[in-house]
Amino acid sequence: MQFLAITLKRCSLGLGLLLAVLVLNFLLMHLAPGDVADTIAQDAGGLDAEVMAQIRRDYGLDLPLWEQMLKYFYNVAQLDLGYSFYYNQPVTTLILEKLPATLLLIISAQVVSILVGVVLGVIAARKPNGVASHFVTILSLVGYAAPVFWTGIMLIILFASMIPLFPIGNMVDVSVERTGFAYVADVLHHLVLPMLTLASIFIALYSRLARASMLDVLGSDYVRTAQAKGLSEFQVVFKHALRNALLPVVTTAGLVFSGIVSGAVLVETVFSWPGLGTLAVQAIVARDTPTILGILFFSSLVVVVANLLTDMLYRIIDPRIKTAETSEI
Amino acid sequence: MTDYSIQERLLQPTSARVEHPLIETARMFAGNRAALSGLAMLFIIVVVSLAGPWFYPTDPFEMVWSPFSPPGAKGFLLGTDYLGRDLLAQIIHGGRATLAVGCAAALLSVFIGITFGALSGFYRGWIEETLMRITEFFQVLPTLLFSMVLVALFGASLGMITFAIGIVSWTGVARITRAEFLKIRELEYVTAARSSGASNTNLIFRVILPNSLPPIIVQAALLIGFAILFEAGLSFLGLSDANVMSWGAIMGNNRPYILLHGFTIMYPGLAIFLTVLSISLIGDGLNDALNPKLRKR
Repeated sequence: MQFLAITLKRCSLGLGLLLAVLVLNFLLMHLAPGDVADTIAQDAGGLDAEVMAQIRRDYGLDLPLWEQMLKYFYNVAQLDLGYSFYYNQPVTTLILEKLPATLLLIISAQVVSILVGVVLGVIAARKPNGVASHFVTILSLVGYAAPVFWTGIMLIILFASMIPLFPIGNMVDVSVERTGFAYVADVLHHLVLPMLTLASIFIALYSRLARASMLDVLGSDYVRTAQAKGLSEFQVVFKHALRNALLPVVTTAGLVFSGIVSGAVLVETVFSWPGLGTLAVQAIVARDTPTILGILFFSSLVVVVANLLTDMLYRIIDPRIKTAETSEI
Repeated sequence: MTDYSIQERLLQPTSARVEHPLIETARMFAGNRAALSGLAMLFIIVVVSLAGPWFYPTDPFEMVWSPFSPPGAKGFLLGTDYLGRDLLAQIIHGGRATLAVGCAAALLSVFIGITFGALSGFYRGWIEETLMRITEFFQVLPTLLFSMVLVALFGASLGMITFAIGIVSWTGVARITRAEFLKIRELEYVTAARSSGASNTNLIFRVILPNSLPPIIVQAALLIGFAILFEAGLSFLGLSDANVMSWGAIMGNNRPYILLHGFTIMYPGLAIFLTVLSISLIGDGLNDALNPKLRKR
């Protein structure tokens, strides 16, 4: 019951944040030089003032600002994020077309980096001065310091150009029509390099974090008790210690989601992965403001939803947290 | 990893002379080999970036040879870029802008972060509530996308890029500052200062802030590295000041030619990598030196 109440409270906070993103979007749209009429005029190669005024009336740009804002909210609530004159499509359609590719990349990178990071961290924590521990230290430094797009390019040069194990970019091989299992396999084959590139930053982060918190937990009394009971090392590490050592990892996993979305923009550009990031970069080159702001809103939505899920997961792993204070840690 | 037993600790001679904490910190930093090598590396990078243009005056914008000459050709140590411009000159001259944007953006975000953290940690109540909601908002906002939007809409000048980076990277500093303030405001010396009539401004700036600086300093050092990476990312996507050469801009310029001429991206990327690596090493060293309790990790 309390779980439900907290979840509801979290949801309302998330909605508030999204509303704030919308206000920001609206302000940016109005502060940006040039409006819809200018865009259309530019496309048409110049229009006279009469027609431009008509266009502004059609789009409601002559209304008071607050009225325009309410109208904008109303439209967004109906999933109408405006029209892209560059792509000649509604922004929502454009975004929904590209969203699955981005979600696939983001989620797989997050899952892989948590798994690899935690395993490395646990191995390193069991022998604090061993080879694995030094490896984690070096990995966390290197993974953080290398620009993610640079890592991607180096991986392309190594594993797609010099040793052609993986394709250099895109999500599917367009020269062959594939269906069913072959299609999935093809997508996964294309996914490997971009996913590893994006995961590289976060593997570094999680392994270091998991190592530190595992060291903490392994020194605590209840682990010593478990060891004294004569449990096997496997049971002590994985059944008793890991659950608590995971908590900081889960907290961080929630916090870095917006970082993952940012990283995905760069990685998608390097690998011409057909997701929201590539769309955003193209829209920026084309000065397609509705599309850019639509992407900003949708990716904020992704982050908010991810945060909500992380928060719920956290409270499942650690039932002691009954209050709504998890985000404050 | 040393685990002193009680007897051993009792046998340790107690030093009669108490060192100044700054000297102790410096001594601990100096004993950290990784941090020292980071410092040396960063020193070299900064000196080359600041003084290099005088010793290697080739104009980074001038087309000097045929495009994509491989490293070493015709005396161009690192080769030439897609317009036949000297890559070594670009890297030497580009360091200034990269470091300047990194430092300025980090400074801006530290300023915003301390303001938010200090106010919400000190006053609590509705001020804290409001400021923390704003902090949460900036945590949810996909940072790179938001900066891209800012730079794209308002022009890719060096100032705008710095602002766009600084405005999205302060949330960590705000959280840390707030946590420190929450902890320190309850300590006895703060109560003592308060009861002796110190004003709120005095309490914040003279009493609590100086004592909460250590973790903020560490975070600020790391933020410079973060800002440099961020600038590189923006430039790579084409959002760089066209009149200024920076390491990110070199990579952005040569982005379409990754496969055939990887070296044009590899070297500037290496420069960024080494810079951020040295900053991280220094940051870790500072962390160990300033928070001795965490040292045994």
